[in-house]
Amino acid sequence: MLSWLPEDVSTYGHEIDSLFYLIYYITGATFILVTALMVIFLIKYREQPGRRATYSHGNTTLEIIWTIIPAVILIVLAFMSASSWAKIKRHVPNTDFELRIVAKQFNWEVSYPGPDKKLGTDDDIKFDNDLHVPVNKPIRLVMTATDVIHSFFIPNMRFKQDIVPGREIVGWFEATKAGKYELPCAELCGFGHSGMKGWLHVHTPEEYKKWADESLAPKAQ
Amino acid sequence: MSDTAAADASHGHHPELGFLRTYIFSLDHKMIGRQFLFMGLLMIIVGGLLAMLVRWQLAWPETPVPGLNFIPEPYIYPGEQGGGIIPPQTYNALFTMHATIMIFFVVMPIMVGTFGNFLIPLMIGTGDMAFPKLNMLSFWVGAVATLVMLASFFVPGGPAAGGWTSYATLAARGQYTGVEWGQHLWIISLLILGISSLMGSINYITTIINMRAPGMSYFRMPLTVWSLFVTAILLLLALPVLTAALAMLLFDRVAGTSFFLPEGGGEPLLWQHMFWFFGHPEVYILVLPAMGVTSDILSTFSRKPIFGYHAMAFSMIAIAFLSWIVWGHHMFVSGMNPLLGTAFMMTTMVIAVPSAIKVFNWLGTLWGGSIRLASPMLFALGFVSNFLIGGLSGVFMASTPVDIFIHDTYYIVAHFHYVVAGIVFALFAAVYYWFPKMFGRTMNEGMAKIHFVLTYIFFNGAFFPMHFLGVGGHMRRIYNPMQYEFLMPMQHWNVFITISALLLGASQFLFLWNFVASLIAGKKAERNPWKANTLEWSAPTPPPHGNFEVQPVVYRGPYEYSSPEVKEDWLPQDKNLGASAAVRAH
Repeated sequence: MLSWLPEDVSTYGHEIDSLFYLIYYITGATFILVTALMVIFLIKYREQPGRRATYSHGNTTLEIIWTIIPAVILIVLAFMSASSWAKIKRHVPNTDFELRIVAKQFNWEVSYPGPDKKLGTDDDIKFDNDLHVPVNKPIRLVMTATDVIHSFFIPNMRFKQDIVPGREIVGWFEATKAGKYELPCAELCGFGHSGMKGWLHVHTPEEYKKWADESLAPKAQ
Repeated sequence: MSDTAAADASHGHHPELGFLRTYIFSLDHKMIGRQFLFMGLLMIIVGGLLAMLVRWQLAWPETPVPGLNFIPEPYIYPGEQGGGIIPPQTYNALFTMHATIMIFFVVMPIMVGTFGNFLIPLMIGTGDMAFPKLNMLSFWVGAVATLVMLASFFVPGGPAAGGWTSYATLAARGQYTGVEWGQHLWIISLLILGISSLMGSINYITTIINMRAPGMSYFRMPLTVWSLFVTAILLLLALPVLTAALAMLLFDRVAGTSFFLPEGGGEPLLWQHMFWFFGHPEVYILVLPAMGVTSDILSTFSRKPIFGYHAMAFSMIAIAFLSWIVWGHHMFVSGMNPLLGTAFMMTTMVIAVPSAIKVFNWLGTLWGGSIRLASPMLFALGFVSNFLIGGLSGVFMASTPVDIFIHDTYYIVAHFHYVVAGIVFALFAAVYYWFPKMFGRTMNEGMAKIHFVLTYIFFNGAFFPMHFLGVGGHMRRIYNPMQYEFLMPMQHWNVFITISALLLGASQFLFLWNFVASLIAGKKAERNPWKANTLEWSAPTPPPHGNFEVQPVVYRGPYEYSSPEVKEDWLPQDKNLGASAAVRAH
């Protein structure tokens, strides 16, 4: 198996990666076949004195074959993709870990529930561009934008979702490995688009608890 | 009758026209075609230079570009050695205008404007377009649109900087990009250009339906004409949607409406739906004429009938039809309902089938041929090779899960350059092929071949490694890849791409030199230098106003190469073999 894509640290990343490599093998073989035939034909059928080109307008059998084979391959690919797509984008697993992301020129604002344990209230605890989550736990993201469209992209998590002003878009991921992963904006959002990025910190459960105790606990007077 | 004598005889029917009526406000479809060609070639220089600046910034971010010190701040920051550093705002404007110019002011005027105008009447065997005045108006309205677009470089705030897709809300309010007038002019220019294209497409459709020579049935038309016919229908139906969307965007910007602004109850995704409802047919508007031209050239230089003529025509019709129901594949991760994404994936997979048929039929055309690798043939083969790569890389994006990762990365940039920038190969093929007919002179074949080799190598050097960047997650439209830790290890590819792109640009001087020198001092061209079958080669070189000495009558299809009926390996469409032979040809 090739390993060109960045390291995958999500539960559903292998669905994307295996489809990618499957399509790579199919298209790669097609490319080699067509290119090889083209080169062979160019050499074999080059202009030579005394030889006349074959007078042929086509071959219906051949044409039917090379219509049906790609059609079948593409339809199979479409159905395989549809089931992975449903797992990734359509079915959001139940989870008690929810975060709110507000995208704006040119920051990701991340909100954790405050002491009332509810998101979207005044006591939410907010961070700019840093997202801390525990490993092996589905994370539900409720995403909004205040100005223009941004796109929340975590390459290692195989996560990408545009965030559209005026909409509340829900997404999810589950990390399988602790670490620090870059979180760029993938949709042109103005002159500060480049460099609009944050970090996703995936912690082990113990580390996460330590971080949460330090950073999410109500501030002592 | 010699060509010159024929031209004189034909001129006898027309009063001599002055300079203005011959060269500027000409009603002759061939002159209008040439005007579009010159406009497109001038704009390809502008669009190409913008690309060079984009590439400079990506390879050597925030270093001075030599020779740009004459541009004032804030468009260029002064560098230490007198060069200039491209600021982020200018960078966004550069790639926005590069794409806009290449799509709307290079590929469309040349592939559709030039070859549509020049070839349709000649190839179907008629004297001119159905509406010559509308045709002239189409060019001059297009010229006004070009001037408005160029003027946007010189207004305060610079030109549009919201991407060629001008997504709302970014492009719907000046404060989000910092560009006011540049974006207004961008919208106004495209609104004007839409009128030009509409006039052109109505003319093409009317001409093809009504003015075919006797015997020229639909299924005796060259595939170039088929492709332009289908393209014109797509243009006629797609442009009103773009026009509506642009008008709404303009109203959002200047009249306080909120079609696309959520704070007034609008919907940003509506813009994307409208834009891509136009935008995907637009891709085929760009690529279909390239496919048509390629089919004709492959057949001519293989000395062999096109493989599966009907399949080729019907696959173009299928592509055109399906192009209306695939627009959502640009929006898989846009926030629209994921179920809709599944539906658009299905249609997108289906549209790959007629594209595959075309490639296989081109291959079938080569099979058993007697292939001459003249410059038009080399460029046509280059187009096939690029379209193959661009078509195959499209399968990755069609798969919704894979698209999650590669959407808005350099993988997409690689893909659409292989398809759309790949059209430039068909464009060169067409220019080399029809130059003798257009200008009555021949281009230098040796130079043309060197031009091909260099262009092919550096094109692939510039665009193929973009796949690697995309697979690594490199986002498109970012100003400085060095701001991202995960992109730093791939920076050498950016340098490699930029060097290839600069060399690709430099190689085009060969074409420019060849083109201009041949215009002035090229060898006089004969009537049918490639020994081709289609009707334009039966007209004098260059064809006079009115085109043909006598009304051509068509006896057969356009691809009767190496026919057993004649000794030569070509058999022109209008050659009368006598009554019995004509019956046999059916």
